[in-house]
Amino acid sequence: MTDIDTGTQPSRMQESYFAAKPTAFTRFMRTFLPWQMWRFAVINVRMARIIFRSHG
Amino acid sequence: MSRVVVLGAGVAGHTAASFLRKWLGRGDEVVVITPKPDYNWIPSNIWVGVGLMPQKSVHFPLAPIYERHGVEFRQARAVEIHPEGREGDPAPFVVAESTAPGREGAREEVRYDFLVNATGPKLNFAATEGLGPDGHTVSVCTDAHAAEAAKRLGEAVARMARGERQRFLVGTGHGACTCQGAAFEYAVNLEFELRARGVRDRADVWWLSNEYELGDFGMGGMHLKMGGYITPGKIFTESLFAERGIRWIKRAHVRKVEEGKAHFETLEGEVGEIGFDFAMLLPPFAGVGLKAIDRMGADITPRVFQPNGFMKVDADYTPRPYEQWTAKDWPKTYQSPAFPNIYAAGIAFAPPHAISRPRQAPSGAPVAPAPPRTGMPSAMIGKVVAKNIVGMLRGAPGPTHTASMAEIGAACVASAGANPFTGTAAAMTVFPIVPDFERYPEYGRDLNQTFGEIGLAGHWIKILLHHGFIYKAHLYPGWSLIPE
Repeated sequence: MTDIDTGTQPSRMQESYFAAKPTAFTRFMRTFLPWQMWRFAVINVRMARIIFRSHG
Repeated sequence: MSRVVVLGAGVAGHTAASFLRKWLGRGDEVVVITPKPDYNWIPSNIWVGVGLMPQKSVHFPLAPIYERHGVEFRQARAVEIHPEGREGDPAPFVVAESTAPGREGAREEVRYDFLVNATGPKLNFAATEGLGPDGHTVSVCTDAHAAEAAKRLGEAVARMARGERQRFLVGTGHGACTCQGAAFEYAVNLEFELRARGVRDRADVWWLSNEYELGDFGMGGMHLKMGGYITPGKIFTESLFAERGIRWIKRAHVRKVEEGKAHFETLEGEVGEIGFDFAMLLPPFAGVGLKAIDRMGADITPRVFQPNGFMKVDADYTPRPYEQWTAKDWPKTYQSPAFPNIYAAGIAFAPPHAISRPRQAPSGAPVAPAPPRTGMPSAMIGKVVAKNIVGMLRGAPGPTHTASMAEIGAACVASAGANPFTGTAAAMTVFPIVPDFERYPEYGRDLNQTFGEIGLAGHWIKILLHHGFIYKAHLYPGWSLIPE
């Protein structure tokens, strides 16, 4: 039986060690206002395309 | 003059009732029967559940809205459908038990010409011992559950402020759960809030899920074009968790929950337990338990409903192995094959099969995410059902509009932290919802229409959706111009 309570795995043995992680630049861009205003427009257009295609 | 009765006033039922009222003449009646007096905008329950939004911001009374628009409202729970009427009187009717204060349990027969079953799910906490608000975990399935979750979270934060370490467990409370997307939103919002309240360093946050891979969301996952690669959603979701220090257990069926401890088994047969100080685990869904009765009083429920309580519609329910499932199995019009004047919308319709590949643990426990049918598809189905009923009332021989989940897409915004300058959300689109491997042989979906991106822009869109859909649900002027 695995008891997660007693698990003391070092980080290199945890599943998250094998996951992709964003760089500092990627994280910065996620909340950088000018870039996000542009992305806001782009995402809205992409969502509008899905909505209109689905409403046939 | 005709009467259309809608059972349920969630996203699908309220949408169907609103469009029926808009499109039918004043001589026709639209009746809504629903056990709760309020409409709940469920997607924003996540924010209630982390204490960012008061409960009153996500629900409001239905009666004044329906009165203003000429919809008859009954606060009651439908318990029986009599689609053939009774001997000597073939007019079909529904039996409903009142839930209105002072009239609890009073039975009433409501006749109909057309019936829309949009009763949503029964939250089947009983499927796992100790699961749910009456057990040892919290939920965000209703606004009241979410408010309780926020209270318990506040208590945990207070303990951390006093120096205690706390473990948070978020995910699915049974191997057959759906709505992983909602649990995912809760996990990342919770983590964001713990940081915002300055106690993240004393918190361990764990994700526990029945998904085969993270990012499955009951849709068999999805592939996205990203960074010059076609990337599975698993990479996207694992990255979000790893970045936030959220650890995960996947392919798990929760067998039992005790005070502070969840027992689970995995697809590989490993049996484990995880302690927690706070757990938000979603329940599996079942149908609400409506019965169907014929004119002689005999129970014909199996003719109208699947064994899990969801209503049979125009889907192909022939049992087949996973490899033989196709997009064509999915319903298009949501008309009952047994009774053409009955439709189902939203969670109430029985899917022909899962979307994600079903699997079993060695003990036989299911580890198989059920298909989601909430949000945008739910509302679109409600609208198409309304169109079809209006068409048939005007002389069409059958339904003329379709909204197969294998032919429509969905846009979804999953909040990952609510703040107008530092918050983020994952904005996603998927087309179609149910993969169609005949049209799109490799991945089942149109990769030019399937994308995901996390950022502040997604959070702004989430805020717009919250206010836009609550405006629409109030049926304020121009409501029908806001797409589903």
